[in-house]
Amino acid sequence: MNLATINIAAILPAFVLSVFGIAVMVAEPFTAANKKSGLGWLALTGTIVAMISLIPMAANRGQWYSNLWIVDDYAIFLSFVFLLIAALTILTSIDYLRRENLNHPEFYALLLFATAGMLMMVGSNELMMMFLGLEILSIATYVMAGFRRSDLKSNESALKYFLLGSFSSAFFLYGVALIFGATGSTNLIGIAQSLRSAEIQLSLVELSAALMLIALCFKVAVAPFHIWTPDVYEGAPTPVTGFMSVGPKAAGFAVLFRVFLTAFPSIRDQWSSAIWFIAVLTMILGNVIAVVQPNIKRMLAYSSIAHAGYVTVAFAAMSDRGVSAALFYLLAYSLMNLGGFAIVAMLGRTEDKLVNLTDYAGLGARRPGLAAVFSLFLLSLAGVPGTAGFAGKFFIFRAVLESRLVWLAVIGVITTVVSFYYYLYVIVQMYMREPKEEFSDVGIPAGFKVVLFVTAAATLYIGILPTRLLDWTTTAALHVLK
Amino acid sequence: MDLVTANILTIITFTPAVGAMLLLFYNREHVRSIRAFALIITILAFVFSLHLIAHFDSSNPDFQFGIKVPWIPSFGISYSMGIDGISLFLVVLTTLLSPLAVLASWPIIDRLKEYFIFMLLLETGMIGVFVSLDLFLFYVFWEVMLIPMYFLIGVWGGERRVYAAMKFVLYTMIGSVLMLVAIIALYFMHGDATGTFTFSYLQIQSALASGRMVLAPSVELWLFLAFFLAFAVKVPLFPFHTWLPDAHVEAPTAGSVLLAGVLLKMGTYGLARFNLPLFPHISHLLAPLISMLAIVGIIYGALVAMVQPDLKKLVAYSSVSHLGFIVLGIFSFNVQGMEGAIYQMLNHGVSTGALFLLVGVVYDRRHTRLIEEFGGLANRMPVYAAFFLVVTLSSIGLPGLNGFVGEFLILLGTFGVSGMRAAVAALGVILSAVYMLWMYQRVIWGEIKNDRNAVLSDLGRREYAMLIPLLIVIVWMGVYSNYFLRPMDASVAKLVNQSQKGQVEYARGLEPR
Repeated sequence: MNLATINIAAILPAFVLSVFGIAVMVAEPFTAANKKSGLGWLALTGTIVAMISLIPMAANRGQWYSNLWIVDDYAIFLSFVFLLIAALTILTSIDYLRRENLNHPEFYALLLFATAGMLMMVGSNELMMMFLGLEILSIATYVMAGFRRSDLKSNESALKYFLLGSFSSAFFLYGVALIFGATGSTNLIGIAQSLRSAEIQLSLVELSAALMLIALCFKVAVAPFHIWTPDVYEGAPTPVTGFMSVGPKAAGFAVLFRVFLTAFPSIRDQWSSAIWFIAVLTMILGNVIAVVQPNIKRMLAYSSIAHAGYVTVAFAAMSDRGVSAALFYLLAYSLMNLGGFAIVAMLGRTEDKLVNLTDYAGLGARRPGLAAVFSLFLLSLAGVPGTAGFAGKFFIFRAVLESRLVWLAVIGVITTVVSFYYYLYVIVQMYMREPKEEFSDVGIPAGFKVVLFVTAAATLYIGILPTRLLDWTTTAALHVLK
Repeated sequence: MDLVTANILTIITFTPAVGAMLLLFYNREHVRSIRAFALIITILAFVFSLHLIAHFDSSNPDFQFGIKVPWIPSFGISYSMGIDGISLFLVVLTTLLSPLAVLASWPIIDRLKEYFIFMLLLETGMIGVFVSLDLFLFYVFWEVMLIPMYFLIGVWGGERRVYAAMKFVLYTMIGSVLMLVAIIALYFMHGDATGTFTFSYLQIQSALASGRMVLAPSVELWLFLAFFLAFAVKVPLFPFHTWLPDAHVEAPTAGSVLLAGVLLKMGTYGLARFNLPLFPHISHLLAPLISMLAIVGIIYGALVAMVQPDLKKLVAYSSVSHLGFIVLGIFSFNVQGMEGAIYQMLNHGVSTGALFLLVGVVYDRRHTRLIEEFGGLANRMPVYAAFFLVVTLSSIGLPGLNGFVGEFLILLGTFGVSGMRAAVAALGVILSAVYMLWMYQRVIWGEIKNDRNAVLSDLGRREYAMLIPLLIVIVWMGVYSNYFLRPMDASVAKLVNQSQKGQVEYARGLEPR
């Protein structure tokens, strides 16, 4: 409890990202127009340095800065996931931005700040810090969503995201205020303690928990708080959509687990049925509506809602196995989804013209390698054994059944069958329809190649040999549930 | 045990998959070498599988050639394989049909490389299903196999291929995802009862059999149904059969051969391997109902087959009928019925595989499968007509050919349970003679009415190569059935014993204590 204890190592990754973000901003005016992409590589270096700095961070486990900041396996694992997401997004963006004539290096700075925000969300042990992280993330993402300034859809996307996002932030803040009023603390462990011991107004606490739940459900886009997602995902530049569908979502879940499982376990009975209901609704709505989407970005938007539903299922298990499965799934999902979005971004052509499912007709004949990799991602998203998606789903359903939530598992697996329809439909287009000429001349830039290789290899590796990752997520989960 | 015998199942299972990997590096222009390579790989897998027959101990009812390596140890998942008398010949059937399916794929020119990659992956999946002894591993193979089949139908199929492929996948998925839930539930129940959390089939089965793990009747019912649905769709048992005609008609010849020859057997294999030993009580309780569905399938399939204008559809519906026999045999709970069912699985794989190959032969020449387009083929294709006759008679169940042995044993076993059931099922035998012979007559005999049939050439060397092995097996299995039945005896007796114990316990449970 010593204010003077400043431990840089404990916050090093976030610190590194901020420094690199500022460096990108500062360097930008001094960079010649044709060298702007170089700043993308600088940002990528930043994420890699931040990843390396996870090692000193991991050596400083415990609570720091008057218990505001916590370094545990949970934070370390998720920080790694966020940095991986950021690195892959940067790699996708470098060529994308150049192609779209959007080569403003602020983009990379924003992305680094957003990632720093995510690291803050997962590393903080206290609601106000979490809120700060959430805002840093959100504001950076609003700008990125509207990054194609001249495009109406992109503007619509940013505005919608901004309005609804601020709304949900306000919910969160209001919840924080109420819980502070009720317990006199914004520290998660402090809240948990006073909920156990002191005589407190339970209705106030419940209201606060409900408000925070709503706010976080907005952020992770689960039903019935998902309405903004398709429009926002469709309008945003494709790499940003990819980032939004995994990064803020994973960060939102990270906070959700931490807050509810650390601070509110004593009133679990009041909110667990809400989680059950949200999970079921999300899986059904996300999967069923995805079936009828003609636009691949919208389809993937609904699919991302459905996947948020599966993570919520894991949450509903309310056990360390459940959290472990959720963390596993978040990483697996991030990899396959980023891989998929990278392909969508690459094939979209100038101004994201080719984003209808029918535009993928004949890709299998024109670009067999690309179509095969895309199929791998789609099959993994659907959950075919041997891929990361199946391993993740299996662990989730296993955790749910361990908690004896049989119906949740049954509804979950049945909605999975629905998802097969729309993922396979893309494969139908690629392999079973007459080819279009358009894709034949697309070269694969180096950045994309790296992204595709990393995500595809990881999807297969995690799918076939999940043990290592599972052990890691199991250790990480133990720190949330106490 | 030497190194080969210890790992033989891994070798057989993954030889095709390794072949598929290697095919990736082939230049797609080298059509001939791609074909030859696929053929060599599948023949290699067949040769390896002969090792199983040679070293199989017929007196041992348990699983042999076992291998068990931890895979995801924290969840009790292991890479565990083994075969007994029930799965032995199903593995060999798979490896036998695969090279023939490759030979049948010669006329395919479009995206040949991908085609053979999928076919080899399919073979790995099929073998894996028959040899897995870990429920998780089994499920992985069971699901993974869908994807290559989906591509084979969807890319290289007929006109409505996309519809058929999608229907195939979704139907099978709906059935099998609930099985996954049931598998995980079994895992927890076993863990709670014994303290060991494992997906091992053998451990769970022995815990159930010994009474260390007891399932409440309602739980057993739900678990049974979850497994049953997965297998019933695959069999396909009436009324879950509607995906089959579509898939068969649209699939390329090789796809149909493997679909009918092997994939359908997975359903009946699953029933015999999982439903009966794991849930003997409910199996007995529901046996009359399931037998009823099987009999309806026998008669319905035969009647519908009779009026089909399309050769492939006719064979597809005849499969529904024949598979009904197999299910009937399995749910007779006696050695004759069970052994007949397993024998009939092999028969059906061989005869129906051969029938689809034969249909493929004329389809390659005429690009139609409508019966009315043919007639008088015996005049131009005498050898073809002769081969077709043998296979037709085998499918009908003529004594001296393989079909007879299986059907006879099944009817014998069924008669031991209920004379009525056997009598109605026997009608199916008669009906099968009607639709098969009538079809044969319309296609092969008579005058050549259609000019395009007047120029047809008889079988070529490749076609001889793909048909003769099956004809040999058809006659061999009909004349010297003991060779195939003997290795099954011990395992079937054990299986019957396991399920009868359930019957006794079930009956005892009904008595007042």
